[in-house]
This record gives sequence, structure tokens and C-alpha cells, in this order.
Amino acid sequence: MDWKGQKLSEELMQILLLVFGGVAFITGYATSSFRTMMLIYAGAVLFTTMITVPNWPFFNRHPLKWLDPIQAEKYPKPELTNVISKKKKNKHY
Amino acid sequence: MHSFGYRANALLTFAVTILAFICAIASFSDNFSNQTPSTQIQILNINWFQKQPHGNDEVSLTLNITAGLQSLFTWNTKQVFAFVAAECETSKNALNQVSLWDAIIPEKEHAKFWIQISNKYRFLDQGHNLRGKDFNLTLHWHVMPKTGKMFADKIVMSGYRLPDAYR
Repeated sequence: MDWKGQKLSEELMQILLLVFGGVAFITGYATSSFRTMMLIYAGAVLFTTMITVPNWPFFNRHPLKWLDPIQAEKYPKPELTNVISKKKKNKHY
Repeated sequence: MHSFGYRANALLTFAVTILAFICAIASFSDNFSNQTPSTQIQILNINWFQKQPHGNDEVSLTLNITAGLQSLFTWNTKQVFAFVAAECETSKNALNQVSLWDAIIPEKEHAKFWIQISNKYRFLDQGHNLRGKDFNLTLHWHVMPKTGKMFADKIVMSGYRLPDAYR
């Protein structure tokens, strides 16, 4: 998943569980059936799992742009040796 | 949210938290039920009233118990535990309670009942103070929920009296 997809997955999961939790409670209270409430909620958890956990294509609509291998060679990683020696000089006061 | 395991864990944790919250408000909703239980107990007969070898009084009663406890059942009730206790005051203790009979009522349909029975548990005293004693018969009930808080209450019926002499 890309970054936006991850955010979408998390928000979708929270909203779905909250809304279904509320629906389950209201339906159970209205029908005076504890069993109904539990069944609706169990179904809701399974449904939310199917939608938000696997890596569906719609979570990958803003894919990350990695650099091409040739471009990466043009901008090599900077070396660290100069930085270390400067730090050692400062310690001597 | 970067991996399958991470998302599955987050979802399960949140789902269990929401479930706990749902059960808490289900229990809270029990406060809004209108409860109007009723009961009547009649002592049909005092079978015998003796002093036991160790010096304690014992009574055997035949009770006629009528109760209408249907309104105690809510959607969140698993069962109702009801018991009848005899209460009296003696010179030693301000309040003595002896449980005479109990029952578990699993469903609303069984909550309206009429039963004629001798006391299930022995009506014993600590000592020999029961002759001519006035006592109350109290029906206690505990409403046991499917989730959450258990409620308990009682109805006190007074005006019962034991005979003045052993039989």
C-alpha cells in the first residue's frame, strides 16, 4: 500500500467499526435481542477485515515514485569522513 | 499500516475495544427498565417446631409462594436468582436471616409461578429464641445480566408469627 492508501485503510477501519457498533447496539436494543447485537457486530468485524486488511488495488492509487536506477547513480550518497574529523577538532577546548 | 499483520492487529484491537464499549452501554441501558415485581407468601402449615439435641430451635414450614417477576427480565438478562429468607430479631443479634428456599429462573416465561413446598433449607436458630417470635419473610432477587452490573432487590412481607410452644 502507498501512504495515502494506508491512511485510507486506517480511517475506513475505524469509521466502519464505529458505525457498525452503533447499528448493532441500536438494532439489538430495538429488537430486545442480545444475540442479534452480537451477530451483527461479528458480521461487521468480518466485513471490515475483508475490506481494510488485504492489499486491494484501490489502496495503491498514489504509488510512490522511486528513482530510476540510472538517475540514482548521478546523485551518489555523500561520504561521511569530513563530518567526523570536524567533530573531533571541536572537542579540544 | 504498512503490513498485513500490522493492519490485522490494529483492527482486532479496535474491534475488541468497541465490543467492550457496546457491552458497557448495554449494561447501562438496564437502568431504564421499568421493574414492577410482585409476590405473596403464605404459611400453610407449621409442620413441626422442636428443640434440637444441641439446644437450637428448628422449624419446618409448608410455604405457598406466588411470584410475578416477569418485569425484571430485560434484553440483557441471563437469569434471575430468587430466594426466600426469614428475618427476625433476637436478644443476641439485631438481625437474623435464614434462607428457606431458592430458585434459578432462566427465562421470562418461568418468572410467573406458584409453588407449594416445605422449606428447602432448614430453619434453624442460634439458640432457643423462636417461641412466639414475630418474623418477616423476604423475597430477594438477583438479576444476573449477560454483560455488566448485577442488580439485587427485595420485597419484605411482615406479620408472620411462630407458635408459643414446641409442637
